[in-house]
Amino acid sequence: MADTPILLRERQYHQIKAVLARLRLDSSAKVIFLVDKDGQEIAAQGEMGNLDTTSLASLAAGNVAATGGMAQLIGEKEFPTLSHEGERESIHISVIGRFLLIVVFDERSSLGLVKLRSKQVSQQIFTMIDEITQSGKDPDSPFAEITDEDIDSLFN
Amino acid sequence: MTFINYASREINCKIVYYGPGLCGKTTNLQYIFDTTAPQARGKLISLATETDRTLFFDFMPLELGTVRGFKTRFHLYTVPGQVFYDASRKLILKGVDGVVFVADSQEERMDANIESLYNLEENLQSQGYDLMKIPYVLQLNKRDLPNIIPKDELAEELKRKDEPVVEAVAASGTGVFDTLKAVAKLVLTELRKG
Repeated sequence: MADTPILLRERQYHQIKAVLARLRLDSSAKVIFLVDKDGQEIAAQGEMGNLDTTSLASLAAGNVAATGGMAQLIGEKEFPTLSHEGERESIHISVIGRFLLIVVFDERSSLGLVKLRSKQVSQQIFTMIDEITQSGKDPDSPFAEITDEDIDSLFN
Repeated sequence: MTFINYASREINCKIVYYGPGLCGKTTNLQYIFDTTAPQARGKLISLATETDRTLFFDFMPLELGTVRGFKTRFHLYTVPGQVFYDASRKLILKGVDGVVFVADSQEERMDANIESLYNLEENLQSQGYDLMKIPYVLQLNKRDLPNIIPKDELAEELKRKDEPVVEAVAASGTGVFDTLKAVAKLVLTELRKG
């Protein structure tokens, strides 16, 4: 009994990318990610370079899950934002429903600015991801007809 | 939870390796990491203690190939096996698409296997899953050791449904990819249902 898959359509993907690009400019950030709470990367924008975005998404999700667990132990529902400040690079994470908005920034920006801009777009992102999570089953799923041969071919 | 991205034509699925402490969960991932082409996998992230015991989780993304024009990526996780890390184990099961239970075949670890299996059922339930319905594979690990329980006896004790059972020696790679293949197949088969 797995959950219903999340389906991200091309139009939705480009809408999200556009919002992240705008946020990146407004907050003078290096990289912005949207990931789900399970650690799956939805979209990213910015100076990726050699950044291992998959690992970052997974670790951010683990981080939010761990602090969320601590929040519940002290009677809070969750901690809606997390910040980690390094000597040069910093990370700010906002929990938006079942998704995480992750902003990586350096001395060209500041935690205050990133917090402010992240909060300003969170409602817009919430509306977009609500549409994604409401989309439900895909009537034209390309996987409805997966054969055993298709699956076996992955391991050959 | 499976994530299907139509824009980048990717399917992402989450597999969790579960089992008692020192049963070989991390060793499974380490073997996959060591023997897979670098372009097919990402880094192996291990959040471990100073004595190399898993503290929170190990994580490795693995790309298997293309199905119906979609790249299939599996995110492989292990849980910390030690009993007192239960809160972490629950968190890692969130959004899981398939589970591998790695059992330690040694006689003296039988109680630990059973305790861990009950713990898996409970923790799945607390996240809204049912072991009887989720894609699930049982791996009998450490089959090379002298003091092991015979396969049929061990499987009879630990089997919960008609799950595939794979004998393994994770340290040398025996059964590691058979296990991965079995669970990946169950997860992808689940996608047929939408």
